[in-house]
Amino acid sequence: MLATSPAFKENAAHALADPSLQKALHRTRPQNPAKRAAAVAALPEFEQLRDIGRDIKNHTLANLDFYLETWETNVLKSGGHVHWASTADDARTAVLEICRKAGARTVTKGKSMISEELAINDHLEKHGIEPIETDLGEYILQIRKEPPSHIIGPAFHLNREDWEESFRKVHTHLPADRVFAERKDIMTEARELLRSKFLAADVGITGANFLIAETGSSVIVTNEGNGDLTQTLPRVHIVLASIEKVVPTLEDATSLLRLLARSATGQDFSVYTTFSTGGRRAGDLDGPEEYHVVVVDNGRSAMVGTEFQDMLRCIRCAACMNHCPVYQTVGGHAYGWVYPGPMGSVLTPSLIGVDKAGHLPNASTFCGKCESVCPVKIPLPKMMRHWREREFERHLSPQSVRTNLSLWAFVAQRPALYRLATRIGAKALSLLGRGRGRLASVPFAGGWTGGRDLPVPEGETFFARYARLERSKRS
Amino acid sequence: MSREAIFGAIRRGLRRGALPDDQAMALRARLSAHPRHLIPARSRVARAEQIALFLRNLEKEFATFRRVSDAAELPEAVATYIAAQNLPPELVIAPHDELRSIPWAARPMLRLREGRAEAADLVSVQHGYVGIAETGTLMLPAAPDRPTTLNLLCDTAIVVLRASRIVGAYEEAWDVLRAERHDELSDGFMPRNVMLVTGPSRSADIESTLELGAHGPRRLHVVLVDDDSSALQS
Ligand code: SF4
Repeated sequence: MLATSPAFKENAAHALADPSLQKALHRTRPQNPAKRAAAVAALPEFEQLRDIGRDIKNHTLANLDFYLETWETNVLKSGGHVHWASTADDARTAVLEICRKAGARTVTKGKSMISEELAINDHLEKHGIEPIETDLGEYILQIRKEPPSHIIGPAFHLNREDWEESFRKVHTHLPADRVFAERKDIMTEARELLRSKFLAADVGITGANFLIAETGSSVIVTNEGNGDLTQTLPRVHIVLASIEKVVPTLEDATSLLRLLARSATGQDFSVYTTFSTGGRRAGDLDGPEEYHVVVVDNGRSAMVGTEFQDMLRCIRCAACMNHCPVYQTVGGHAYGWVYPGPMGSVLTPSLIGVDKAGHLPNASTFCGKCESVCPVKIPLPKMMRHWREREFERHLSPQSVRTNLSLWAFVAQRPALYRLATRIGAKALSLLGRGRGRLASVPFAGGWTGGRDLPVPEGETFFARYARLERSKRS
Repeated sequence: MSREAIFGAIRRGLRRGALPDDQAMALRARLSAHPRHLIPARSRVARAEQIALFLRNLEKEFATFRRVSDAAELPEAVATYIAAQNLPPELVIAPHDELRSIPWAARPMLRLREGRAEAADLVSVQHGYVGIAETGTLMLPAAPDRPTTLNLLCDTAIVVLRASRIVGAYEEAWDVLRAERHDELSDGFMPRNVMLVTGPSRSADIESTLELGAHGPRRLHVVLVDDDSSALQS
């Protein structure tokens, strides 16, 4: 996927002016936080579980090499195959190789963000193999040639009209004048069409929510059942997993699973949580004959031991974006790459470079909501600040920003001058505002107000007000 | 090549070489002890309440159930359910001894075929391994007598579960699996596949609105055989 992250500002402006996207955002904005809140309220131990989740992940990351080795040993013991991939290129090559050996013509796929990151579909297509997305949301995005806009509800930005129009366009074997009376009719059409694809596919590719060192298992979590059909029916199952997915034991995975669905969709548990360990055993009547895991690094090992290591705790629940005022205003596509929202603002610069994704950590109001809902307590705002510092150090911020920051630093280090300057500024802005609550433009700050309004100060600085209140207290 | 590069980079990040022996020993001990973490209080209740919790959670997740006091009542329970759903009396059933011992002949209208599910099958009958009260979840480990396709391919999935097989938390279910199962290939306990199933298939991908019956079963029906006397008395 070609990153358009450098154009975040333009993308955001575009998103704000897109009525169809705004309609979708309007629908989901209140819904996701309410669902999570209800699920959390029903489990009194939830806060304690967050600490436990954080600690399990931290323990694993501190011993990542050991647990990956143990996991590998146990995959091999249960007859599976492990393919290590340093780069996206290595991973694509490994997947293609397995598909070719299997003589694959069609490949069904479960929803997998790492597959988006690696752009597996393009690679398979280029080499004459047809990939078929089977998650309902991913299926329509494949038809529309759009990237996902959310890590668990990839097509939330589409409205019913969009689904109907796309289905009519590509399902040409069905009567053109058929009626979609309910949403269910749309789903049923996809269900029936994809059923034959599941049955015909030579290879099934899924992602992994967890890898379990103790047993050599991979875990997927879905509600539709498409991931299970994908990994059960074809002769070959390929799992795509990144290195930080490993956890030590089933008990560790279980504690994290208690957090995952509640944080993601507000369910107590997802419908299908499936643990796969090797291929079909003697006497089994179904299941894949071959089980492969392609373990992907693609920039993650470089985060170990840095101020971004905590990001590797992420279990991809999407709570941070569901609660983010910026994401909830501009949607996922504006972020310009695979991972949107707060987690994307931290992860994307690590994976594709701060030069390409340096704007993303600025797309934050630093309200702290993301960190307060993150099930593994990732300090997302702090890490966005780290990126801003790096962007500044590497002279990637524009000259105007740098000059103004230097000017601010000069003034801020001189208290008398600072007080004078803020007094003048607050007064001037208040006059400019003339009783309005916010300013859509400010002289010399068009770059800043181009993307947001400035709340108008009341005309008094903090220092002045503090002094006044102290005086009135005494009198 | 990638393998060495990845392990090298991780160890550079952790500022150490391969883990020293004593530390590796401690981690191996943690793996074999597989300690439990906090288990929510909701499932740590008296036996009868645990079973009631399991059933309440089944319904919360849009599954249905019928309680029978004896396996001999199963044929009637299944026949009544599929008739009420207007389904044909044709079942694909797990080749499991417990299901074989049920007096199906009492309902000659029911046509049973043992094996894995195929595309044309509409109703499956699966053997329930363990029920988890915490969230109304069924644990269904793959085995020659418990094919995975029975969990997935049919429009309607029926699961027969004994009440004595209901546990409180997921951790207890793992313990049952650890104690009872042996996988010849790996010399461990994990079968090829373990599905934890909580309700029928669903999706909220269209306009973030929940609809049942996405790709897996549209209906999930549990027939619970009350074989747990301790639960019935209390
Ligand atoms: S950063 Fe936290 S809240 Fe965001 S997706 Fe990852 S785990 Fe969930």
